Amino acid sequence: MFKVFKAFVRKEFYHILRDKRTLLILFGMPVAQVLIFGFAVTNEFKNTEIDVLDYAKDTTSEQLINHIQSSGNFIVNAMLTSEQEMEDGFKAGESKLIVVIPENFSADFYANKRPEIQVITDGSDPNNANTLVQYITQMVNSFQTEKTTDATSPFQIQTATRMLYNPQLESAYNFVPGVVALILLIICAMLTSLTIAKEQEMGTMEVLLVSPLPPIIIIIGKVTPYAILSFGIALSVLLMGNIIFSVPIVGSFGLLMLMCLLYVITALSLGTLISTKSDTQQKAMMTSLMSLMMPSMLLSGFLFPMSSMPKILQWIGHIIPTKWFIDILKAVMLRGVGIDFILLEVGVLILMTVVLLFATWRSFKIRLE
Amino acid sequence: MSREKVITVQDLTKKFGDFTAVDAITFDVYEGEIFGFLGANGAGKTTAMKMLNGLSKPTSGSGTVAGLDVIKETEKIKERIGYMSQKFSLYEDLSVVENIQFYGGVYGLSRKRIKEKTEEILTELNLKDVAKKLVKSLPLGWKQRLAFAISMVHDPAIVFMDEPTGGVDPKVRRQFWEAIYEASKKGRTIFVTTHYMDEAEYCDRVSIMVDGKIEALDTPDKLKEQFNAETMDEVFLKLVRN
Repeated sequence: MFKVFKAFVRKEFYHILRDKRTLLILFGMPVAQVLIFGFAVTNEFKNTEIDVLDYAKDTTSEQLINHIQSSGNFIVNAMLTSEQEMEDGFKAGESKLIVVIPENFSADFYANKRPEIQVITDGSDPNNANTLVQYITQMVNSFQTEKTTDATSPFQIQTATRMLYNPQLESAYNFVPGVVALILLIICAMLTSLTIAKEQEMGTMEVLLVSPLPPIIIIIGKVTPYAILSFGIALSVLLMGNIIFSVPIVGSFGLLMLMCLLYVITALSLGTLISTKSDTQQKAMMTSLMSLMMPSMLLSGFLFPMSSMPKILQWIGHIIPTKWFIDILKAVMLRGVGIDFILLEVGVLILMTVVLLFATWRSFKIRLE
Repeated sequence: MSREKVITVQDLTKKFGDFTAVDAITFDVYEGEIFGFLGANGAGKTTAMKMLNGLSKPTSGSGTVAGLDVIKETEKIKERIGYMSQKFSLYEDLSVVENIQFYGGVYGLSRKRIKEKTEEILTELNLKDVAKKLVKSLPLGWKQRLAFAISMVHDPAIVFMDEPTGGVDPKVRRQFWEAIYEASKKGRTIFVTTHYMDEAEYCDRVSIMVDGKIEALDTPDKLKEQFNAETMDEVFLKLVRN
C-alpha cells in the first residue's frame, strides 16, 4: 500500500511543479504577503506631514512644535497664518493633521490653567486620523510632563502606558501570525479543493475510484504534498518575520509546530469538503474565496479588531477556525505561554476539526454513491 | 455458446428512494466478447455499470464479474477490471511514460512489471518518440488509444468503457474500434456503453436499455431482423417509441 501511496504523491508533485498558477500561489504569495503587510500595510507611520497654525508665536509654542517633530513621526509641512489656509493642505493631500495653538497658550500653560490646543484631522481616512490623534496627544502630554517637572503641580496624574509583549507596537507582531494562518488556509484549503475538483473535472477521479485504491488513500495521497509544502512555507514565513521584522518566537517551538499541524488538518478537511461540493475548479475556487478567504481576512481579527465589530459579525468570527488559530499563534509566539493557557482555543479548534472531518467523510461517501 | 461467462447478472436493481434507476436487469457476457450496452441518456446505463464496477451497491438482485460477487467482493473486482471513462482519464500535465507509471503504481504492479508494460505500450502504439512529451501535446486519437492501453495495464479480464468515443471524429473512431478488436482477439472481454448507433454494429452482442430495463439483447443482425429494421439506429428508435 505504501508503494501505491508513493506513486500517488509523486504524481501530485508533478502536477504542482508543472502548474504555474499553483507555483505562484505556493511560493510567490507568501513572499508577497509578508512584504506587502510588512512594508505597505502598516499602522505605524513616519514623517507624516502636518500643518501648524500658531497664534501664540512664542518660545513655549515653538518648543511644543519642536517636541512634536522630535519623535520622527511628524514633520511640519507648512506654518499657516490664518484659518482660511487650513483646508488647503488637506485638499492637496499634503498634510494629514493641523495643530492650532491659541494665543494665550504659554500664559495658560504656566498658570496651570489647562491650556487647550486644537487638533484637526482629515476624517475621510478615519483609521489613520485616529492613530494620528493618539500619537499627537501622547506628544503633547509628554511635553507637558517635561515642562512641569517640579512641585508646581503635585496633583498631576500621569498615565504610564506600557505595551506588553510588543513594546514598540510593531504591526509585524500582528501580521506575521495572521499571514501564517492565511497562507496555511490558502494552500491547504484552496489548493487542495482545486486539485481534487480538477480530478473530478478531468474525469480521472472516476478512474481512480474504479481502481483498487481505497478512497481514503486517494484523498490522503492528494493532500499530503500540500500539507508538506504548507508546513515548509509556514516555517519560512515565521523565519522571514523573525529575520526581517524581528518578530520573536518566545514560546515552545514544538508546541507551535503541533498547533500548525492541527490547523493544517482543519484546513485540509475544509478543502476536501469544498471539493466534494463542487464539480468544477471554478466553483471550488469561488467557494473557497467567498467562504474561506474573505471571512478569514476580514472577520478573524487579523485586519480589524473583533471587539469593534457588531455582535453578529463577532459571532461569525468565532466560527472561523482562523480566528482561533491566530489567537493560539499569538499566545505561543509572542506571550510564550504553554498549552495550559490555550486549552480553550485548542479545544475549539480540535472540535471544529473533528466536525469538519466527519462532514467531509459523509459528503464524500454520498458523492461516491 | 460454450464460452465461459465472465459477467452474470440476475435481476439486478438499483433504487434511489422511489426512483428505480435500474429495474431487475438480467444478462450474461461471455469471455472475449464485445458487449455493447446501449441506451439513451438517463436510461440507467451508468448506474448499471457502476454496480458492476463495485462503485455502487445494488438494492437487490445478484451478479458476478470475473467470477466475483458484485455485492461482497467489490474490492477484488476492482483489481480484475479495467476502466476507461469518456474523458480519456489521462493526466494532461504528465508525460506518456509518467501516466503509464502512475496507473501501473495504482494497480500495485512491481517496478519491473511497470517497466515491461511501459516498453510494451510504447512499442505497440508507436509512441516511443513522444514518450517524454506531455499528454496534452498529443493528438486526440493517440490520447484515446493510450488511455485504452493504460486501462489494461494490469491485464484485466474485462475492460469497461463508458462512451469511449464521445466527441471524436469518425476516422479516429474507426481506428479506435480496431484497437478494441485487437484486444478482444487476445481474449479480453469488452463492455462498452455508447450512444453512437453505428458503433453498435461493431459489437458482438448489444443490449438496449430503456427506462431502467433491458428491452432487447442479441447480435446486431438478429436485432435488425427482429425489429424489421435496416440499421441499429432504426432498431433503437422503434424500441424507444414503443
